Amino acid sequence: MSLVPGLLNYWVVIILMMAGLWVVVAQDNLVKKLVGLGLFQTSVFIFYISLGKLADGAPPIIDPASPVGAYSNPLPHVLILTAIVVAVATTAVGLGLVVRIHQAYRSIEEDEIHRKDLLDETSAGSKGHPNPS
Amino acid sequence: MNWDAHLAVYAVVLPLLTAPLCVLFGGRRLAWLLSLTAALLGLLSSIGLLYQVHQSGEIHYALGGWPAPWGIEYRVDLLSAFMLLLISSIATVVFSYAPRSVDAEVGPNRQVGLYAGMLLVYAGLSGIAVTGDVFNAFVFLEIASLASYALISLGSDRRALTAAFQYLVMGSLGATFILIGIGFLYMMTGTLNFSDLALRLPAVAGASTTQAGFAFLTVGLALKVAMFPLHLWLPNAYSHAPTIVSTFLAATSTKIAAYLLVRVIFSVFGSEFTFGQMSLHHILLPLASVAVISGSLVAVFQDDLKRMFAYSSVAQIGYILIGISLNNHEGLTASILHLFNHALMKGAVFLALGAIAWRIGSVRLSDMAGLGRRMPWTLGALIIGGLSLIGVPLTAGFINKWYLLDALLLHDWWLLLPIIALGSLLAVVYLWRVIEVSCFRPCPTDCQRTEAPASLLLPTWGLAFANLYFGIDTRLTLGNAEAAATVLLGGAR
Repeated sequence: MSLVPGLLNYWVVIILMMAGLWVVVAQDNLVKKLVGLGLFQTSVFIFYISLGKLADGAPPIIDPASPVGAYSNPLPHVLILTAIVVAVATTAVGLGLVVRIHQAYRSIEEDEIHRKDLLDETSAGSKGHPNPS
Repeated sequence: MNWDAHLAVYAVVLPLLTAPLCVLFGGRRLAWLLSLTAALLGLLSSIGLLYQVHQSGEIHYALGGWPAPWGIEYRVDLLSAFMLLLISSIATVVFSYAPRSVDAEVGPNRQVGLYAGMLLVYAGLSGIAVTGDVFNAFVFLEIASLASYALISLGSDRRALTAAFQYLVMGSLGATFILIGIGFLYMMTGTLNFSDLALRLPAVAGASTTQAGFAFLTVGLALKVAMFPLHLWLPNAYSHAPTIVSTFLAATSTKIAAYLLVRVIFSVFGSEFTFGQMSLHHILLPLASVAVISGSLVAVFQDDLKRMFAYSSVAQIGYILIGISLNNHEGLTASILHLFNHALMKGAVFLALGAIAWRIGSVRLSDMAGLGRRMPWTLGALIIGGLSLIGVPLTAGFINKWYLLDALLLHDWWLLLPIIALGSLLAVVYLWRVIEVSCFRPCPTDCQRTEAPASLLLPTWGLAFANLYFGIDTRLTLGNAEAAATVLLGGAR
């Protein structure tokens, strides 16, 4: 079976997954990290949807008039709807945290935040900065 | 209505329904009362469930009446019921401790959200414990994790926000890895049910897809379990979160992820595939050993006590993983027992630290000179928890250390013996630092008795006393752990 044409979906999955993972690790900006996380999660969605589709499969609706040999599997689509909801919730919580981090640190770049945290931790007897509520 | 036919779902449904009720009605005292009620009812149902499993064996509960493997099935065997009992009891203790601690650490307008979030974590963890469907386990894991991210961000220091964000990114990566693993398994077997997967996996065990699925699933779970080196989120998350959040997460969340790992290894893939074909112990044992040593070593040098005991948790998880990767009955018994006992130990320690924070406003060792004379009962609970962590006889920690050493010696794993011994010695070192500063240094101002209030002390001592009790009478903990290990190993191929 030829490697690229028949498995194009899975190549896309791999590329998106690696791109997303790279963005999460390499980008300092917190919003960009969340974008990378979203890319990573989207690749998994495409993976699930691809594995449900049969090559000659019909949409999974039973029509007594015209019986069909093979139906595509609808379950992965349902699983992915759940996973999309989880990803949306994760992004929402993440962005909420970024807003609060910006309020507290006046920055959303990870290296600046880390520098300020190190100052908090290493200055002797420091009580840190309060969480703005 | 036949109440006890549905015992399997009460611990999941009750907190899940109570959380929006808390937010709907508003009012922090009402939210607390609702949470405590839900936790108590959950505790009663989990005791009933454990009794039912002892009487009639494994319970299969088909949600909505849809039969497995097409429907989602809750499969409650002895290990699940045991873990559910653990979660429910810790939840009850933490909620009874909550009001004064939360008043001191979290602003009044955020407390309703805190209680709702705690209930969601409780529901999620309970769901993982009883479910028999691997995708359902993923969903509950994410429910618990998302609520945890929000809860950690409620800490009083702004570093709680970055800790929560770091946990969010790492936790979501781990959860997505689990999702990929589930996808590979579904691809090869067409099912998501634990028992059905166990039936169908041996036929496809040679395929690289199955092996990839196993790898992704294990790495994702390892991140949630905070196995070294995927533990980096844990110290920050536990040290900056509010006390009851730290306690609840430290006592239950990594334990339930470890339970899920045990479930995947022994009930889904089976020990032959995991340890024979995939040689998981070649990865788990070295990493878990490093976790024991490095976690304990870093803990010795911490000034912030919450951080110290967070690193101690990393080391304890190392012990649990060593027990799992030994692949014998004694090792698995030791690990399951350690899951339960560690919740008691860390629960007592973190609740005591919360009481200290309530009184003196800090958990730094440098602020705690002579504290043992000012708050003897609180320090007593902390020290009992610490002794249990070391594994001193007459505490619960001794029993699981003993069984772990027994498992090592029975099967000639001599190389791990110095590692376990070194871990315990390092635990002695960091506990001694606490004892030395709090009991043997003079008080900076005066040594007046300013003990923590009873509502904080009683739950703390409840857990500390449980440590002592289960170190002496082990019928409940060890009996269930041994029986659960027998079921897990007997059911494996």
